[in-house]
Amino acid sequence: MKRKNQALFGVLAVAAMVISSCGSDDGSADVEISVPDIPMHEAMGDFEGELNIVNWSGFVEPAWTDKFTADTGCKVNPRVAGTSDEMVTLMRTGQYDIVSASGDAALRLIVGGDVQPLNIKLIPNFSDDIAAGMKGNVYDTVNGKPYGVPIGRGANLLQYNDTITNGAPKSWDVVWETDSPYAGKITAYDAPIYIADAAVYLMYHEPDLGIKNPYALDEAQLAAAIALLKQQNTIIGEYWSDPVAQITSFVGGNTVVGTSWEILRKFAAKDNLKTTLPVEGSTGWFDSWLVSATTKNVNCAYAWMDYTSQPEVNGAIAVNFGMAPANVAFCGSSADAQAHCDTFFAEDEEFFERVWPWTTPIETCVDGRTEVKCTSFQDWTNAWATVKG
Amino acid sequence: MSDTSMSRQRRPISSYLLRRPKVRLLGLLALPMTWIVGVYILSLFLLLVTAFWNVDPFTSLVSPAFNLENFRLIFTNSAYIATSIRTLFIALAVTTVCVVFAVPLGIFMAKIASPRLRNALAVAITLPLWAGYLVKVIAMRLVFTEEGFFNWLMAPLGIRGPGFSIPIVILTLTYLWFPYMALPVYTAIRQIPPILFDASSDMGAKGFVTVYRVVLPLIVPAIIAGSVFTFSLSLGDYLAARFTGGSTQMIGSIIAANINLNPPVAAAYSMVPITFVVIYLMVARRTGSLERM
Repeated sequence: MKRKNQALFGVLAVAAMVISSCGSDDGSADVEISVPDIPMHEAMGDFEGELNIVNWSGFVEPAWTDKFTADTGCKVNPRVAGTSDEMVTLMRTGQYDIVSASGDAALRLIVGGDVQPLNIKLIPNFSDDIAAGMKGNVYDTVNGKPYGVPIGRGANLLQYNDTITNGAPKSWDVVWETDSPYAGKITAYDAPIYIADAAVYLMYHEPDLGIKNPYALDEAQLAAAIALLKQQNTIIGEYWSDPVAQITSFVGGNTVVGTSWEILRKFAAKDNLKTTLPVEGSTGWFDSWLVSATTKNVNCAYAWMDYTSQPEVNGAIAVNFGMAPANVAFCGSSADAQAHCDTFFAEDEEFFERVWPWTTPIETCVDGRTEVKCTSFQDWTNAWATVKG
Repeated sequence: MSDTSMSRQRRPISSYLLRRPKVRLLGLLALPMTWIVGVYILSLFLLLVTAFWNVDPFTSLVSPAFNLENFRLIFTNSAYIATSIRTLFIALAVTTVCVVFAVPLGIFMAKIASPRLRNALAVAITLPLWAGYLVKVIAMRLVFTEEGFFNWLMAPLGIRGPGFSIPIVILTLTYLWFPYMALPVYTAIRQIPPILFDASSDMGAKGFVTVYRVVLPLIVPAIIAGSVFTFSLSLGDYLAARFTGGSTQMIGSIIAANINLNPPVAAAYSMVPITFVVIYLMVARRTGSLERM
């Protein structure tokens, strides 16, 4: 039964696929993906009086919701989610109007028919000031239709204990290869999406595998990534999904090198902990607002997306969470803002060109290949369980 | 006559119930049965039924069906099998360590310690129960980090902790569940009449022989009772492994990883600890310990 469904899905996906010649600059081609037909909001109406948000911790704070509620009368009810998967589950309950989804959740919600396409004309602040690298990416723009309004982004960087490494490692090889001098003191992100990090490494070191996009892996390529992850498992100290655990692991000396976010390094507040973007590039999380397909508070949701896309508000969220703001107009607003933007590479498109935004892997290869079927997130999840043994 | 009419007036409910044993029984069991069947069994049943359902490979949406694919995955995927065995080993190890600690402690508390010390020890055993579960797990994490308390304390002796690994998980779980073993064992030892110790001594038995031949047989039911807690709680745990296990994966880790992405696999895999516990209880029953509990 399940196989039949998978096959059916594959056939649908392939049938719906249109071969497109214009590949975007990040290497992912524009692919046609079969999505449920959900109408978009045509014109703004009266505010409904409330807005239920699923968000990452730190995205929705009184410091900027109070003014929003005063302006629109929309009372904000935030619900913090810990993982992308939890966000998807919460959005499926139908109790929430809008979600701050990372790319690995966004595409799932779009194809699942849980979120609606957006009418950008109703969001004037979605302007030229939004960083170019955050617009039109495959995780939130499907078949040319935008589904998401960018909030901010960050890279999965290589963090290292400078006292022990004496300088920045040039390559991710220190976390992948068994002859790593830091074997046993390595940490890795504990989620199936981490398979993409293995794929990024393989793209650089094993070009024969033909990986063009770390989220478009056929079966052989996924197997190669899993083999690399299993090799890593033998030298790993611990996997982290809880930010606090990651920080204590670095600070406590259990970990010397491993995946991190700029904000975690800041929180660790140790001068000898530093981050770098190695030669292979990396993955990253690009977050956007997505509106539920069944929302009853669509006008409040649009007002919220417009409000949070202003430079000041978008900047406040980015500073509070510790990421690069989507609206780069914020950066010029003050010296502090500029310092924040510099720390998080907000205006550095060259930096972010080397970062592959988290995207849900689907059977339709997002690199534009049509002769093979790619592995889905389900395959990744099953494979991930085998990595840790 | 007047007596009955008097009591009928005074206690209309009790006299009503006196004549209707079925209503009486219903009244007694209504609340616990609603709880057990309505809340406990039903939710467990709903969870287990999901094990046979389909999940959309892309959206993770589940739909009712009957398929055994999820079970096939569990029994063919070597990672799932290895994790099951590892978890079983950890749970058994935790139980063993708890018994090894609890029996001497119980004997000391019940038979040797002064009443004052006994009370102090009883408080000390239950004290960890006052703190939150997660707090205790994180505390163990901090103790055993590379630059943590344990390595600092042991540094003069040249001893270093093993780092986050299976032994630390066993230690953490022992710390978490020890009161559930120590209390029943202590209570059981206290209930052993002192004359049995005198008799044993009169027959020429030394201390260890008395413990082995007299105390242990009498407290087996208490040990089984405690082990049901330590064993089943350890089987279901995953936070101890996450925070103190390094890369150690337990059954709960896999269930937690799948619960949002693939609920049917999570449900199917949750059958494994249930099976382990049922087997454990059946073995315990065979020893006759459950009847004497």
